[in-house]
Amino acid sequence: MAMNEPILDVAGLNVRFDTPKGEFHAVKDVSFRMCREKLAIVGESGSGKTQTGRAILGLTQGRVSAERLRFHDIDLLGLDAGGWRGIRGRRISMVMQDPKYSLNPVMSIGDQLVEAGRHGRSPEKARGMALDMLAAVKIRDPLRVFRAWPHELSGGMGQRAMIAMMLMAEPELLIADEPTSALDVTVRLQVLAILDDLVKTRDMGLIFISHDLNLVRTFCDRVLIMYGGRVVEERAARDLQSATHPYTRGLLACAPEIDRPVPRLATLQRDSAWAEVTP
Amino acid sequence: MISIQDLTVRFGEVRQQVTAVDGVSLDVAAGESFGLVGESGSGKSTILRAVAGLIDNWTGAISVDGRPVTRRRDRAFYRLVQMVFQDPFGSLHPKHTIDRILSEPLIVHRIADIENRVRAALDQVQLGARFRFRYPHQLSGGQRQRVAIARALILGPRLILLDEPTSALDVSIQAEILNLLSDIRQQSGVTYLLVSHDLGVVAHMCDRFAVMRQGKVVEVATRGDLATGSLSHAYSRQLLLASRGYDRAVIDAFADE
Repeated sequence: MAMNEPILDVAGLNVRFDTPKGEFHAVKDVSFRMCREKLAIVGESGSGKTQTGRAILGLTQGRVSAERLRFHDIDLLGLDAGGWRGIRGRRISMVMQDPKYSLNPVMSIGDQLVEAGRHGRSPEKARGMALDMLAAVKIRDPLRVFRAWPHELSGGMGQRAMIAMMLMAEPELLIADEPTSALDVTVRLQVLAILDDLVKTRDMGLIFISHDLNLVRTFCDRVLIMYGGRVVEERAARDLQSATHPYTRGLLACAPEIDRPVPRLATLQRDSAWAEVTP
Repeated sequence: MISIQDLTVRFGEVRQQVTAVDGVSLDVAAGESFGLVGESGSGKSTILRAVAGLIDNWTGAISVDGRPVTRRRDRAFYRLVQMVFQDPFGSLHPKHTIDRILSEPLIVHRIADIENRVRAALDQVQLGARFRFRYPHQLSGGQRQRVAIARALILGPRLILLDEPTSALDVSIQAEILNLLSDIRQQSGVTYLLVSHDLGVVAHMCDRFAVMRQGKVVEVATRGDLATGSLSHAYSRQLLLASRGYDRAVIDAFADE
C-alpha cells in the first residue's frame, strides 16, 4: 500500500453530550486525514482531544455525528456491533493513559496478551506471539513479565505490556491517549522510542493524544492543536515554532524553558472566539 | 533557613526495608528558593514529608531557623513551616467552604481577626472575596491550588514546602501559579523548598537545586549550570537530555531503571 494513501478520513466530526444544564458540545467540526504517520492531537484538559480519539473507535458516551468517518473504505458511522468487532482491537487499537487502571488486575499479563491475540490463532501460537511482543517492546525478561500480575510491574513496564497487548492483533492504526504522561521522563522517552520503531517497522499509523507541546514537537510528524472542541491550527511538527494561532503561540510561550530562563512566565489571554465554530 | 544533616528514611518491616532517603544533607538560606528534582521514587517528596512531620521514622538532624526540629512539632513550628501539596483535588476538604478551610489554621493557632485575614489571603492569591463561601468542587484546579497556597500563607510562614505544586495543572495554569509563587516570594521574602520532576519548572523557580536518585543527592547545581549544560553527574546530564524532548539517537544511551 502506498505510504501517502490516507488510512483515516475524518470530516465534520461532532461529539455532543446531554447534561442537566443543556447540551455540551465537546468536539466541534473536526476534520483531518491521516496516512501511516505520527499525528499528534494536542490540547489542554477539556479541549476535546480524548473525545476525538474515542469517537474514531466509537467508544464515546456522547452523540457522534460526522460528514465522513472512514477507515480505508469502511464507513465507521454505519458499523453495527459485528462490524465494530472486526475493527476494534484488530485493525485499530487504543492505548490508555494509566496502566494501573487499564490492565485487568485479576488476570496475569500473559493471559491478557493471549486473550488479545486469540482470534484465529491456537493458544500455543498466541502464547509464542505474546512473548515476542513483550520482547518487541524491549522487556528484558519476557517470560517473567508474561507470568507477572499487573501490580507487580512498574509504571513503565505496565505501559510497555499494554502496548504489547495492543500490538497482538497487528493493528494498522494505534490511538494512544497520553500513553506516557504517567511515566518518568527517561522511561517516557524509552516507551516513545518503542512506538516510533513500531510505526516504522510495521508501517502503522499513530494518533498520539497529548497535552505536551514540547514532546509532540520532537516526536510526531504533524500536530493538530485543539481548543474548546475545535482544531484551531494544524502544523508540521518541525514548524510548530512558527505557529500563527494565538492559542498555539500562547501555549508555546507559557512553558518554562531550561535553556532560555525568563524572570516571569508569559500567561495565556484566552479569547472566547477560539472555541467558536466558524461557518 | 533550613538545614538537613544525614537524613535517612526507611519504610517497611526489617526484612523488606526500603531506604527512601539515604543520608541526605542540605542547607537552604533564608529567602532562597531551592529545588529537589528527580524521578518517582527518588525520595524527593519523602524529604518534604519528613520536614513537615508527616513521617516519623527518620534519622538524622533537621533544623529550621536555627532550632532543631523535634519528633513532636509544636504549634510554633507550623507557624514557621507550611506545605502545599500536589493534588488540589485531594488536599482541600470537600465539605468545607473556602472560608472554613482558610479559617481553620487561624482558629488552631488562636489568631484573632479571622475575617480580615481570610480576605487578605484570598486577595494575595488573586482570588477575591467572591470565592470565600464556595466549596472546592465549584473551583477549577488552578483556583483550588490558589486556595491551598492561601492556606499555607495565612499563618505567615517563613518556609513553604512545595510538593509538585503545578504537576496536576495545565501548562497555561501552571504559568499563572508559578508567577504567583514568584510574586509571593518577592513580596514576603519567604523561603521555598520545591519538589518537582520537571527540570523546566525547577530551572524557572529555583536558584539552586539538588538532583536526586534512589534516595541520594547525586549533585547540587545552580540555574546557571543548567543553562550552560555544565552538570557534573552522568544521571543529571541524562535527565537534562530527556527534558529537551524526543531524540531517537540519544535514547539508546540511557541507563535503565
